Amino acid sequence: MDRGLARVLFVDLSRHRFWLEERPELFRDRLGGTGVGIELLHERCPKGVEPLAPENPIVFAVGPLTALFPLASKTVALFKSPHTGNLGESHCGGRSALAIRLAGYGAIVIQGRSELPVYLVITEAGVAFRDARALWGLSSSFTVGRIIREREGGAGLRTILRIGRAGENLVTYANVVAESYRHFGRLGLGAVLGSKNLKAVVIAGRGRIPVANRANYNRLYKELFDKAVGSELLKKYHDLGTPQNVRPLNAIGALPVRNLAAGRYVGEPPFTGEFLAERYLGRRLACAGCPVACIHLAALREPYPAEPYFYKTTFVSYDYEPIYSLGTMLGGEDPEGYLKLMDVVEHLGLDAMSCGVVLAWVTEAFQRGLVGERETGGLLPRWGHYPVYIEMVRRIAERQGEFYDLLAQGVDRAAQRYGGEEFALAFGGNEMAGYHTGPGAYLTLLSGARHSHLDSAGYSCDQQDLRAGRKRAPEELARTLFSEEARRQVLASLVICFFARGLYDLPTCGRCLSALGEPWDEEALLALGEDILRRKYEFKVREGFSLPALRIPKRISEIPTPLGPLTEGELRRGLAELERLLSPSQG
Amino acid sequence: MPGRLSVVDVERCVDCLLCAFACSRRFGEGGVARSAIAVRSVGGMERGFVVVVCRACSDPPCAAACPVGAIRKAGVGVRVDLEKCIGCGMCVQACPIGAVFWDEERGKPVICVHCGLCASFCPHGVLAFQEVAGG
Ligand code: SF4
Ligand code: SF4
Ligand code: SF4
Ligand code: SF4
Repeated sequence: MDRGLARVLFVDLSRHRFWLEERPELFRDRLGGTGVGIELLHERCPKGVEPLAPENPIVFAVGPLTALFPLASKTVALFKSPHTGNLGESHCGGRSALAIRLAGYGAIVIQGRSELPVYLVITEAGVAFRDARALWGLSSSFTVGRIIREREGGAGLRTILRIGRAGENLVTYANVVAESYRHFGRLGLGAVLGSKNLKAVVIAGRGRIPVANRANYNRLYKELFDKAVGSELLKKYHDLGTPQNVRPLNAIGALPVRNLAAGRYVGEPPFTGEFLAERYLGRRLACAGCPVACIHLAALREPYPAEPYFYKTTFVSYDYEPIYSLGTMLGGEDPEGYLKLMDVVEHLGLDAMSCGVVLAWVTEAFQRGLVGERETGGLLPRWGHYPVYIEMVRRIAERQGEFYDLLAQGVDRAAQRYGGEEFALAFGGNEMAGYHTGPGAYLTLLSGARHSHLDSAGYSCDQQDLRAGRKRAPEELARTLFSEEARRQVLASLVICFFARGLYDLPTCGRCLSALGEPWDEEALLALGEDILRRKYEFKVREGFSLPALRIPKRISEIPTPLGPLTEGELRRGLAELERLLSPSQG
Repeated sequence: MPGRLSVVDVERCVDCLLCAFACSRRFGEGGVARSAIAVRSVGGMERGFVVVVCRACSDPPCAAACPVGAIRKAGVGVRVDLEKCIGCGMCVQACPIGAVFWDEERGKPVICVHCGLCASFCPHGVLAFQEVAGG
């Protein structure tokens, strides 16, 4: 193995010190990424620690395939989440993974709290601590990136990870932005950076990675590259991107609209991938190392109000999930309104998904009279009315007054205070993703280690079942989800983008590792995946998580899914089976 | 038949860097340490990119600048004689488009040899490798 991968860089922000540890066994046994990261988290995160305390570590980890194979483009971040109070895990591409690996590290662990705001510059030579006082409080995460880019110059492959106002103000679903349009989106990594007085992390590297078997490596690279560019995958995610899902989900009634008052728009939804591409698509981008280029930027042309024939063009990235959360969940009818809201959310550095679900809850709670103008500070939220939503997210990012301060902690906290839990759409404390497809989707959100639709992709099981005209027993569904989540632990350890899951089956992962001189077979990889998953569950339980204690909002059983109405009973049965599979004695 | 690498449609570039990785794979290694091609954004990702790679000058300034004659003109582009090269970096200064890259480990320049490998890994039709009659 490349020896650089086994190097773990530790940064202590309290004392402005850093040191290296060589951990070859750790990387040999757990590959990298999430497999290594969860072990470092168990080691470094004190039990019961307050997530915004200096002791909570941030672990960034890459893997053995990073910078070597196509679509091995992601960095995994692990931390204790200020949003859910247990495992925080988030994945991000851009140039982050390649920069870390080419700087000569397999993982970076950041602890402590700097007395003054700083940003870090990490290179082969180590860590520089730079004064960030002038960057603290800037209204836009984009500006922060621009200033640092100018100031740091520097050769090699570089990433700039930074937070916006939301992270500074410890909004529990603040994100970290990379390369302007990529994110560590969910579970509040941005707030953890904010709590450490850490405005940004710049990582630059230009090392080379030796390969054990060059001929095999080159051949395998070509094979995977050809498969990727020849596949449906590339076409689907390149042409329209993830928003191509809007139409089919609407057609089957699985698209949450107006806080899931409905599962579809009557007629064509206003934000289809096709429409956005035709009207607004301005540019596509890829993460470094990825041929797909799934990132789509809309070019929004707006006139200056006072000057005729003067326009500014803003680029806004759009994806299925934010279209759901800031578009359909808010009953939007106007694509430009949605794009403007998305732009503000990006600049403030908020997780677009949680943010949209919070606004949807507010709108319904306001309609039902649970909250009034006194709480909202005179704002009148109503479906699809974007100027009010834009003002609300600004107040959330600033945590203005008691109401917005609570909204800044997610929909669970808000509903505990004001009521409306039956339509507060969070699972395990994390706001839901945009798939009202059936029991699979909700079992994933409830049981997944990150409470993310990507954990075990139950929405995809549901759609398969719908096509096949069958419905599985909850226990069978639970077993399918468990093995899918275990398999994804391997990808997240290597670290491969989940969009390439069809390309990298376990035997292929084994072949890639062999070309690098690391013999792993399918069976060993699968066993590792299951073990990683159980280690995560162990961490969650250690921090107070309990599957049986999860709240299931009534709203999801009130609107039938394409597979029929849901019952809480069937979800509880699935959860019981998952609890059995996740318990350590099964390992 | 010798060929020439050219940048045919930079507007389609998505910053995937597969070209730079392909170039380093010539040496059977990962990363971009010895790549002779680079992609830079022009004032923010959303405004597009430039691909920096040797344009095969007919009268190459890099060769003229080399004090020891280590760079000679080839059929297409130039070749560096690494034995002769003393690592002074004059060629880096001389190339008007910044296409002489630097191998930090060896302290020697890296210049595109117009082999075309990167073009076959550019998924979006930005690069093309065109045969040159006669060489
Ligand atoms: S390296 Fe620069 S100066 Fe030399 S031939 Fe190429 S483009 Fe011309
Ligand atoms: S670095 Fe080498 S090739 Fe370049 S000018 Fe100096 S001696 Fe010539
Ligand atoms: S043509 Fe060959 S040497 Fe030149 S940049 Fe492409 S891969 Fe590198
Ligand atoms: S491979 Fe093509 S699209 Fe990708 S960065 Fe290079 S030139 Fe741009």
